[in-house]
Amino acid sequence: MRAPSVPIVHQVRGLSDRTIAWLFIAPTMILLLAINLFPLIWTIQLSFTNYRANRPFAPLRNVGIEHYQTILSDPEIWQRMQATAHFVFWTILLQTVIGFALAYLIDRKFRGHGFWTTLILIPMMLSPAVVGNFWTFLYQPQIGLFNYVVSFFSGLAPSSFQMLGDVTLSPWAIIIVDTWMWTPYVMLICLAGLRSIPDYIYEAAEVDRASNWRQFISITLPMCLPFIMLAVLFRGIENFKMFDMVNLLTSGGPGSTTELASITLKRAAFEAWRTGYSSAFAIILFVTVFGLANIYVKALNKVKAR
Amino acid sequence: MLAATIAGSAALAAPAAQAQGKSLTLCWAAWDPANALVELSKDFTAKTNIAMKFEFVPWPNFADRMLNELNSKGKLCDLIIGDSQWIGGSAENKHYVKLNDFFAKEGIKIDDFMPATVAGYAEWPKGTPNYWALPAMGDALGWTYRKDWFAKPALQAEFKAKYNRDLAAPKTQTELKQIAEFFQGRDVDGKKVYGAAIFTERGSEGITMGVANALYPFGFKYQDPKKPYAMAGFVNSDDAVKGLEFYKSLYKCCTPPGYSNAYMQEGLDAFKSGQAALQMNWFAFFPGLFKDPNVGGDKIGFFVNPAEKETGSQLGGQGLSVVSYSANQAEALAYIKWFASLDVQKKWWELGGYTCHKGVLNDPGFAKSTPFAADFLVAMGQVVDFWAEPSYAQLMQAEQARIHDYVVADKGTAKQALDLLIQDWTKVFKEDGKL
Repeated sequence: MRAPSVPIVHQVRGLSDRTIAWLFIAPTMILLLAINLFPLIWTIQLSFTNYRANRPFAPLRNVGIEHYQTILSDPEIWQRMQATAHFVFWTILLQTVIGFALAYLIDRKFRGHGFWTTLILIPMMLSPAVVGNFWTFLYQPQIGLFNYVVSFFSGLAPSSFQMLGDVTLSPWAIIIVDTWMWTPYVMLICLAGLRSIPDYIYEAAEVDRASNWRQFISITLPMCLPFIMLAVLFRGIENFKMFDMVNLLTSGGPGSTTELASITLKRAAFEAWRTGYSSAFAIILFVTVFGLANIYVKALNKVKAR
Repeated sequence: MLAATIAGSAALAAPAAQAQGKSLTLCWAAWDPANALVELSKDFTAKTNIAMKFEFVPWPNFADRMLNELNSKGKLCDLIIGDSQWIGGSAENKHYVKLNDFFAKEGIKIDDFMPATVAGYAEWPKGTPNYWALPAMGDALGWTYRKDWFAKPALQAEFKAKYNRDLAAPKTQTELKQIAEFFQGRDVDGKKVYGAAIFTERGSEGITMGVANALYPFGFKYQDPKKPYAMAGFVNSDDAVKGLEFYKSLYKCCTPPGYSNAYMQEGLDAFKSGQAALQMNWFAFFPGLFKDPNVGGDKIGFFVNPAEKETGSQLGGQGLSVVSYSANQAEALAYIKWFASLDVQKKWWELGGYTCHKGVLNDPGFAKSTPFAADFLVAMGQVVDFWAEPSYAQLMQAEQARIHDYVVADKGTAKQALDLLIQDWTKVFKEDGKL
């Protein structure tokens, strides 16, 4: 006699498929909630208090939205946000343009392209701490290679300009380093996009006698756009919270020229120990990134749907 | 078979025997004096059979790492040699064990230690007999100079013709700047050299410590001596403004290129590589510099931070405290008792640590015991410390930003920078309920 075709799981102590599924997912869900949601809720709660992690015996007071008001009305915080926006904008722009151009070249599959791809990827594989120290030496006005290269092409004396000590040059110094380090990442994503375009589309365009430029504008760029936008999203989020490399290169200086929001936040939270204040600041930054990323993802989905 | 069994039993027994022995962990910064302390502590282990472990953190991360440890009530450190600025916060937040009763019970007299070090490293609240540390490592900012360059007849003649005085260690801040200007960009022994390696670091405490060495001699005061936390007219006095302008002019005229974010290590590098005629740095580094094969010995000279309107040097140094979260407090206190004895303090100085014990410092032979000992005594007699308030980190961050903005980033005037600093500090003291 054949057994009835009941799923095996139904035979396990009478549990339904849905229950079994939940049992499998639950540990992960609980873990995610514990490490994501709980700290977030706690941070929100702390942001309305005068709590300081280094003063456990001080009386805890509810300060309402005082920290939020202080932060949003502080011109120096807006300067930090401006510096962050400047850094994010230029790094994304440069990394996207150069990264896509490199991917386009690598995609041509010229002789030795594997070697060049590996070589280009090296900066991305280094730790930001190593990169920060490495470029500090490169930017050294007396012995730094960067200054010598610039002086070779410009005729300026190598020690006549300071990339890390000049208010005008220092923001660009960190943009250059970040671009050097993370362009390969953008290149990889763009390369994946380029390789995902089926050959027959180009073949059809060839039949229609479309020029290379027309193929690039009408096929390559639109079909690669979701990948480019994804790279922009990843780099945007990463650079908005950039800390380690900038801290190593300039410590936020000269003056406060390169003090990005994340550096201010770290100093408030773990040096000055203004836990309540820094929680409010962290929430503001989180809402900013989350809001911008959401708008962006909607745009990305529209592009993908086309 | 029997031999194998005995050998096996012995191997198992060995770790058990080790585990029975007590050990202490001492936390400090990673620098030359810490190595001297490792050497010194071997005597403690020999005497008490308590093993010593050490947790040394590089200076740039020292405060972050150790304050995190204390704030999280970590048990890593039984003993800690913490910065002078931490004393207020560590006392109020109960990170350190109060030592008054212990001192009284063991007959340790705090008066045996130099008053400036007791006030700087041990007392909280300041000016009251409440002690949270034993002065362990006396330190102040001083200067080194290239004695061999100063001795060159051609340079001496040129300097005399220009400034109508001998090329020698400066007696005033103005003279210091003249010497720095004299050497800036000059060729010495076929190499381009620079005037002075001073502190300009932005991230931690560098520029604040450095500028203090100019501000104090010109007349800067943290507060009205008669009215605590009243800063207007003291922090931003005309003299303080002159001092800040002076530091900026020294930075602009006379530092090596690319010196916009420099602290202790960069100064040592500039001096050791033969780039700088003068170097501002902590006395703690001077024994190492004197031993340096390239710039030490006969080539190096030392001097106290020069006066201008008055005298003043930035206080450095640290006290030795017992961490209240330690499970080995009795042993940690035994270490302090041992460390406080005169014999140990003598050996501490011999090994390269800067003792604060009067019994060593007041010895007639002390001033001549090293080429920098006499200057150390003078410096410790004129030291001024940064705020040691529980909110010192916020106060420090404010000064770092305001001074760096003015000196390195050319933002605003000296008066504006000091006015803004008062605003920042006032806000902090108001939050703390001090104003």
